[in-house]
Amino acid sequence: MKHIETKNVNAYYGENHVLKDISLTMKANTVTAFIGPSGCGKSTFLRCLNRMNDYIEGFRKEGDIFIEGEDIYDKKVRVEELRQKVGMVFQKPNPFPKTIFENVAYGLKIQGVKNKKILEEAVEKSLMKSALWAEVKDQLHKSALSLSGGQQQRLCIARTLAVEPTTILMDEPASALDPISTAKIEELISELKENYTIVIVTHNMQQAARVSDKTAFFYMGELIEYGKTKDLFTHPKHERTENYITGRFG
Amino acid sequence: MNNTLKNRLIDSGFKYFAIFCTFFGLIVLAIFIIQILIEGVGRIDWGFLTSLPSRRASKAGILTAWTGTAWILGLTALISIPLGVAAGIYLEEYGKKNRLASIIEVNIANLAGVPSIIYGLLGLEIFVRTLNFGGSLLAGAFTLALLILPIIIVATREALKAVPKSLREASFGMGATKWQTIWYQTLPAASGGILTGIILALSRAVGETAPLIVIGALAYVPFVARTPMDEFTVLPMQIFNWVSRPQHGFIVNAAAAIIILLLITFVMNGIAIYLRNKWQKKVNW
Repeated sequence: MKHIETKNVNAYYGENHVLKDISLTMKANTVTAFIGPSGCGKSTFLRCLNRMNDYIEGFRKEGDIFIEGEDIYDKKVRVEELRQKVGMVFQKPNPFPKTIFENVAYGLKIQGVKNKKILEEAVEKSLMKSALWAEVKDQLHKSALSLSGGQQQRLCIARTLAVEPTTILMDEPASALDPISTAKIEELISELKENYTIVIVTHNMQQAARVSDKTAFFYMGELIEYGKTKDLFTHPKHERTENYITGRFG
Repeated sequence: MNNTLKNRLIDSGFKYFAIFCTFFGLIVLAIFIIQILIEGVGRIDWGFLTSLPSRRASKAGILTAWTGTAWILGLTALISIPLGVAAGIYLEEYGKKNRLASIIEVNIANLAGVPSIIYGLLGLEIFVRTLNFGGSLLAGAFTLALLILPIIIVATREALKAVPKSLREASFGMGATKWQTIWYQTLPAASGGILTGIILALSRAVGETAPLIVIGALAYVPFVARTPMDEFTVLPMQIFNWVSRPQHGFIVNAAAAIIILLLITFVMNGIAIYLRNKWQKKVNW
């Protein structure tokens, strides 16, 4: 089943044409990795999927993006609801400067949920899913900033899970973390795949190979190659892809 | 004399010049404060704080003056804080960053430097005459609010600017609206800087005299103001009035009132510094 479908997506920052005719589909409950050199447009494309580019001045998009059959740039779509469905985890862990509990409960609170019991259950469930519960269950009311970088990133994942999205976008989620924390995040991604559709931008080729089912290679705003991760890394069809994954440029 | 020696001489020469400049200001201020303290501290007692003004220096007190200052402080805060903070939020978070915005920005910065007497004339025309507030507390508070609005707006903008983009993105990414993001994340994160700016602005308002003279605040008010429409005086006006009297007793009174006024502004600045330090410690992204 097509979960995400994009049709001829073009994007511009002012005069700068940063995405050129990107058309691809992603299935539900899969992990798709976007790879490519810096400035190739992969992060911009990722941010199109939950409209995080809306606030950037001079940004313009053409073409259509459908998530679960819905045109997400349609005028009738409320962008807040879209972002609850399509959550996002950022490159640098960015917990709110509040308690761990408040961080996870934030998404529900802004939706108007006030019932303490519901909030507590959601916080516990989300922290369980992000494999953080055991480490923080006795310090839910301590500041999130007291956690380590890896824990903070898993907290950010928990926070995203709490509003029950169907899709999670991850923008280089492990690039600021040490190898052990990175391994935990990767393990988590493989577990979350059961219930969520995940799109991940990464600079780490091994990471893409380890966690993803399909990989898309971007170069200079173009989608050069898109296919099963195994095929793309062992038998790339394009020379550029081969050069990039073997480390000859980028 | 070789070059190295010459350079060293210039170097240490400048150092001593800088030390002199630093201490020049400090010493003049210290002498001033010490003199005021010697002159006035003995005059401060309960009676001085609770007496109405009088023609006889020994019976005169600052009750009407300090209650007037308190009224003005409260009313000015009530008017200027919501206006200033909201304007700052609009300019920083909602307004487009175009030419008009930069013109407005430059103008607000300029307004902060307009002499206070000009605000007094503006207040006289708008609040005292056109809106018919008369020489009341309300007219004074509105005038001073105008005077400090630019300071509050600039402080609010600076504080909001210092909030990292990642915090806003995190909130938007959770499906928060712009207002929810501002209310729950950006504003609390910026509150230390905003509060510091507000307090510094208010402590400026407390010390202003010129605009209040222009709008017609009185030096002699024989009653404590009860409503915002009452006539009033404030500490700086009372001081101004007393120092212009020939009798020595009133000079002593003025010194005592200056001590009270200085105390108020020092305490306010102290609170501002405390808040700034506390905020800087708390926020480390």
